[in-house]
Amino acid sequence: MADPGVGAATLVEAPRPEEPRPARGATRIDGAGLGVSRALGFVAPALLLIGIFLIFPALWTIYIGLTDYQLTGPASVAPAVVGLGNYLEALADPLFGNALWLSVLFVLGSAVIGQNVLGFALAWTLRSAGPGLRRTVEALVLLSWILPGVVVAYLWVAVLSRDGGTLNAMLNTPGVAWLIQYPMTCLIVFNIWRGTAFSMMLYGSALAAVPPSQIETARMVGASRLQTVRDVVFPHIRGHVLTNTLLISLWTFNDFTPFLLTAGGPNHQSETLPVFIYQQAIGGEGNGRLGYASAISLLLLLANLVLALVYLGVLRRRRA
Amino acid sequence: MRRKIFLAAAVSATLALSGCLGQQQDSDTEGNANQNADAKDVTLTITSNSVAGGKNALGAAWITDWVIPKFTEAQKAKGVNATVKFDGIGSDDKDYKTKIALDFNTGGGGDVVEIDGIWLGEFAQAGQVKPLDELVGADKVDSWDGWGQIPDAVEALGRFEDKRYGVPVGTDGRVLFFNKKLFAQAGLPDNWQPKSWDDIVAAAEKLKTLSGVVPIQLNAGTVMTEATTMQGVLPLLAGTGKTVYQDGKWLGASQNVKDVLGLYQRIYGSGLGDPLLQQEAKGRDRSFALFAENKIGILLESDYFWRSVVEPNKGVAKMADRNTAVGWAMVPARTAGSGVGGQDFVSMSGGAVRVVNPHTKYPQQAWELLQFMNSFEATKARLAGTAQITQRDDVNKEVLSGDPMLSFVAAKVLPITRFRPGLADYPKVSAALQQATADVITGKSPDEAAATYQDALVKAVGQDKVAGG
Repeated sequence: MADPGVGAATLVEAPRPEEPRPARGATRIDGAGLGVSRALGFVAPALLLIGIFLIFPALWTIYIGLTDYQLTGPASVAPAVVGLGNYLEALADPLFGNALWLSVLFVLGSAVIGQNVLGFALAWTLRSAGPGLRRTVEALVLLSWILPGVVVAYLWVAVLSRDGGTLNAMLNTPGVAWLIQYPMTCLIVFNIWRGTAFSMMLYGSALAAVPPSQIETARMVGASRLQTVRDVVFPHIRGHVLTNTLLISLWTFNDFTPFLLTAGGPNHQSETLPVFIYQQAIGGEGNGRLGYASAISLLLLLANLVLALVYLGVLRRRRA
Repeated sequence: MRRKIFLAAAVSATLALSGCLGQQQDSDTEGNANQNADAKDVTLTITSNSVAGGKNALGAAWITDWVIPKFTEAQKAKGVNATVKFDGIGSDDKDYKTKIALDFNTGGGGDVVEIDGIWLGEFAQAGQVKPLDELVGADKVDSWDGWGQIPDAVEALGRFEDKRYGVPVGTDGRVLFFNKKLFAQAGLPDNWQPKSWDDIVAAAEKLKTLSGVVPIQLNAGTVMTEATTMQGVLPLLAGTGKTVYQDGKWLGASQNVKDVLGLYQRIYGSGLGDPLLQQEAKGRDRSFALFAENKIGILLESDYFWRSVVEPNKGVAKMADRNTAVGWAMVPARTAGSGVGGQDFVSMSGGAVRVVNPHTKYPQQAWELLQFMNSFEATKARLAGTAQITQRDDVNKEVLSGDPMLSFVAAKVLPITRFRPGLADYPKVSAALQQATADVITGKSPDEAAATYQDALVKAVGQDKVAGG
């Protein structure tokens, strides 16, 4: 373990509260009047928890990602450091490419397009609906958002089941194994259904901030509904759209619920990155490759960062 | 500055701890065979992939209703207050394996753990299980009279590199099960015995004329994991004259592998089998249920299917008329005489093994419990009136004669059977074979699938350990 003296030294070095504040100021502003050491004392428990449960596991994962550590077999006793070997292997692994592509497809189809468009459409339509209808629709949409994932997955498996599934009964298509014949389509539709509530609520409140007078004016001068949305409403909610897209993209990218529906199957056809990581780490027989899976986790994190940076860049350019 | 110190602290903490990756070999709870040997209060747990009302319900009932009370009683007579718990899991073999691997790695899990014999190699190489001699003492292990009753081939299931790691639970054999009612409807004989792969396909084609019936399910795909290898690829491979591991090398994408994949294509490419069923998450359970509902004609399965699946009282897919409706036949080689060793018929065998957890606090008592569970009385009680090829000759002599299917396996199948190589690399090879069948049933050609298999195999075990391809 680390020498505890390091932490203690930090506290001793800290300026005492009664010391006059340095003139350079900006970085040393003591808003609460506690003094640095007492302030540190207050945040220490939180920092400790973050350190133990967030920073340490993250660094630990990076370290495991540099080894060939496995769940069973000789490499579980004496893992060897393989440096960047896992990363190079991942980049050459067709299954990793497959998982990355499916993740992109999943994010684009279900979040960027699906949830965004459906969420906005619902929010826009419900503006003018009566309160009774609005509350009913909102409650139903919210329900799919708040139900626990396992319950929802069970219901969907029952609906899509090959034998006696509700969908087959409704469409009169006996024997269609939806989750096996159309796995990605099922996942995308499922995730749209599951996550639209958030976009709907966010756009609902964003639309409330659009001055009604402007919409009214647009209507008076004869703008079509599409023109109104594009030229009057959209400029007001541009920031919301970007924020919403960023959030739902990241959630969808990291979502593990697809595992409950298809477990990545059949034959890797719905294996998004988080599912792929699980299958490599502990899921698949003969795998148990914790080192490799850790390395891919880091790549997943990097992909998240890239995604976030792209959105933030766009957001900043719009503001400027 | 302060931020830098924090960072330095975090990094140094990581570096200091990173030396701990992998297992700690000498913790206090290990290595002492005699720790707690004289304890008066003993707590032991049995972990097994069986659960009341679900998977292997008979085995679960035996542990809770027979082993635990009788063992507690026997210990009480010696003045020891023993508490035995049952940690029954009822999941896929894959999930069960992950669970116990994590248990072994973290010092958890039962004191006596049931594992598939084929996992022994990798657990042993990882030090996750230890030789019995080391755990409880060679003299104690050797002095058990039960060893004399266990045939060498069966005992080998619990051995790795000539060391005993556990006591096998029994063994099994693979045959073709078929539904006699459907066979009668299709005009096939009651005592069907195919002599080649062509005979199997011919029978399946006749069954195809019945509506709503899947002629044959030959386990395939990655979802079924080891069932695909054991009840599919390996018996077929044996029928081409090769085993997957010969002369220190793994069989690459040779003509034999391509032939096996070719049979998969013949069955699943022409509607003789249902490829979707092989990809369903619960496909194997589903195939059991469909067989019991008279909707599957032929199934390659182990005798487990007979005694635990379609068994009329406690099976997971009960068939009330099992004794009259279910027929069985030996698995033929590709053509007569083309099997391993020039055999006409082939089979594969495996079996579970019970090991003592190296992390147990009561090694002596765990070994006592293990002996107790493998005693004549316990083994007989485990069968609860049903038959099974147990590890003990004396029990087998008594029970097998009462069951035509099991005596068939003992008399006809076990003499020609083969065992899988108990090596740490085997599960990776098995996974690659499963992937190859998955590729074929989803439409790839046997040649393409074989090429992918070759790549996966080389990646898994290294070029120098691959033969042919």
